[in-house]
Amino acid sequence: MEVKDIIKEENLVYTKSKILTDKVFHYCPGCSHGVVHKLIAEVIEEMDIQEKTIAISPVGCSVLAYNYLAVDWQEAAHGRAPALATAVSRLMPDKYVFAYQGDGDLASIGTAEIIHACNRGENIVIIFINNGIYGMTGGQMAPTTLEGMPTSTSPYGRDVKLAGHPLKITDLIAQLPGTEYVTRQAVHTPAAVRKCKKAILKAFQNVGKKNGTQFIEVVSTCNSGWKLSPVKANEWMVENMFPVYPLGDLKG
Amino acid sequence: MAEYRLMKGNEVIAEAAIRCGCDGYFGYPITPQSEIMETLMLRKPWEETGMVVLQAESEIAAINMVYGGASCGKKVMTSSSSPGISLKQEGITYIAGAELPCLIVNVVRGGPGLGTIQPAQSDYFQAVKGGGHGDYHLIVLAPASVQEMNDFVALSFDLAFKYRNPVMILSDGVIGQMMEKVKLSEYKPRWTDAEIQKISGSWATTGKTPDRDYHIITSLDLDSAKQEIFNHKLIAKYKTISEKEVRYEKISCDDAEYILVAYGSSSRICQKAVDLCREKGIKVGLLRPITLFPYPTKIIQEMAKRVKGFLAVEMSAGQMVEDVRLAVNGKVPVEHYGRLGGMVPTPNDVVKALEEKLINVK
Amino acid sequence: MTEEIIIAGFGGQGVLSMGKILAYSGIMQDQEVSWMPSYGPEMRGGTANVTVILSDSRISSPILQEFDTAIILNQQSLDKFEKSVKPGGVLIYDPNGITRHPVRKDIKVYQVDATEEALKMQNAKIFNMIVLGAFLKLKPIVKMENVIKGLKESLPPRHHHLIPLNEEAIKKGIEIVKQFSVN
Repeated sequence: MEVKDIIKEENLVYTKSKILTDKVFHYCPGCSHGVVHKLIAEVIEEMDIQEKTIAISPVGCSVLAYNYLAVDWQEAAHGRAPALATAVSRLMPDKYVFAYQGDGDLASIGTAEIIHACNRGENIVIIFINNGIYGMTGGQMAPTTLEGMPTSTSPYGRDVKLAGHPLKITDLIAQLPGTEYVTRQAVHTPAAVRKCKKAILKAFQNVGKKNGTQFIEVVSTCNSGWKLSPVKANEWMVENMFPVYPLGDLKG
Repeated sequence: MAEYRLMKGNEVIAEAAIRCGCDGYFGYPITPQSEIMETLMLRKPWEETGMVVLQAESEIAAINMVYGGASCGKKVMTSSSSPGISLKQEGITYIAGAELPCLIVNVVRGGPGLGTIQPAQSDYFQAVKGGGHGDYHLIVLAPASVQEMNDFVALSFDLAFKYRNPVMILSDGVIGQMMEKVKLSEYKPRWTDAEIQKISGSWATTGKTPDRDYHIITSLDLDSAKQEIFNHKLIAKYKTISEKEVRYEKISCDDAEYILVAYGSSSRICQKAVDLCREKGIKVGLLRPITLFPYPTKIIQEMAKRVKGFLAVEMSAGQMVEDVRLAVNGKVPVEHYGRLGGMVPTPNDVVKALEEKLINVK
Repeated sequence: MTEEIIIAGFGGQGVLSMGKILAYSGIMQDQEVSWMPSYGPEMRGGTANVTVILSDSRISSPILQEFDTAIILNQQSLDKFEKSVKPGGVLIYDPNGITRHPVRKDIKVYQVDATEEALKMQNAKIFNMIVLGAFLKLKPIVKMENVIKGLKESLPPRHHHLIPLNEEAIKKGIEIVKQFSVN
């Protein structure tokens, strides 16, 4: 038996989603973005909604997310993805619209846009990657940076007297009547990845029913920004991020 | 006669949007243009044509909703007044950079800062020379009557889709708040999905189908060489627009020794000033730029060969006058007259300024 | 024919709507019209004014310094606009609350006791139609039938039952307007 005899459809146990393009991720090794991209791609493929999906990418590390998922994309200005998503969903109500945002984009510069889109109950899915740091610009303090956590703009650790407290925006979002499903996930273990995928699937299934906004926070690592190895970054996240941002469904 | 209505310029913008098949309006209240969204909300076009009307949480959100809607090949628009237009500049430059068609209406009030709610024309530079960052131009139309507020809405969308470029209607508090007789346009249905595919199917984000690659609407290119190529493509587009889309009106210019150059409400005031001058035996004409970008440079160059001077009349400290000077290029004197801060000049003021600045100068 | 009019008074006196009805009447007889209000905080109980122009030809400036007719409904407006009437022009005012009366001798001045008459007719809202009647007596630039059509166009249908009352008020204005001799 040769290798080519083994590579057959019936023997496949895993294959890359057809929604993922062949472009190589620009993300750092160990970064959570790649995993979340893959999960979204799988959900779109399994739901067979490629033709109906419109995606909005943010400004931040995932600004180039449009290179990796073969769906129609709009690249928004910093923080404004929920405004774009609002218009798309209102003008083309049969589409599945999702905005993909990081913590600087969603919880700092785009706070007004996310709060109001969720408050209006826009029929969109929000994927919120929270790694507590500005990755793309080189590791500056984010609204979600933990107290005492060093970054390039809080080199002695976040001083809450100076810079305020980590913003638990997902907890705020869950209070808004416009949101239907609000959950906080992670992708640091195979079990967590499976759970996260279920959450993304649920959000996409829900959004088709037009009952409001679906909001998924993914507590993530930024090993480059945190200056830790991927494994250490996962451990650090479990020890430090999860107590502040506990995993689980907040609503729905 | 029944087809004529008496309406405010702002109300007409709303009505014209519904009638030209606009798909979406996204706005935020600000004086002196709030009647646009108020009229739309009262009219409920979503029941009639399916047009979406949404009051956004800010001008910033509104322009980004326009960005999202325009990316789908939809006819979308926003409106605001000066301070709100400043907030929209980020979105406008993204829209220009992503080459998206849309309509932005600015009913200008006096500035800087919160300024005044009274009419002004002090946003000329912002509208014509950029406003946001980067090398780009809007196509800018300057209505001088309520009828033109109606006519320019459909024209703006035509130009926007023809060139994949944002278009601005640069109006002001006079034209927005004034009521005049207006003949509204006939109803045109909104584009169907098939029509959108035909018009914008090569780029719009309408959902990836098996017969095409997926579409990306972005203004980002991290490769400088590619970005430069794109910049040249934009320059070429603006050159074509400059060659093909210049619009202006000449009034009593044929035998004129002096030319008033004025757009929008100032041009109306100057029209009366021309009459007053002619009564006094002064041969004065009016050149009214209808497009501010592209600017009617050539006609001014031609006029400069035979007239004694130009007076640019605008409710600003002297903005459009720079474009008149560029066109005249030192051949004859070019002067500026304007009132500021929401003050509107009268026709007599213009006549006096013309006499003082150009005619009685030794 | 071009008639350039300023109507000025307090917010709430129906200054803007009187101008609107006049402008609509012009449209009904195929004229060009413009209606340019003062706008903004002045609307909130302060002074309000509107420039109305009716013309057989294209209207140039909607904003003017001088007027053929000034319709004046309070003291501030009289102080502000008396000097803006063209020589030989017309000034119509309601003397109610006026302490300093018009002084110009090169214009024609008329009084209309519209406030008093509206009280007699027990309807403050028709005040402005009495004033409009006074104007139409002196400047019959629009036909009564076109004013009625103008009223129909500018009033919401739920108020159309008030049109006969408005017509009555206009006729009252025509009846009571009188010349005021400046001493």
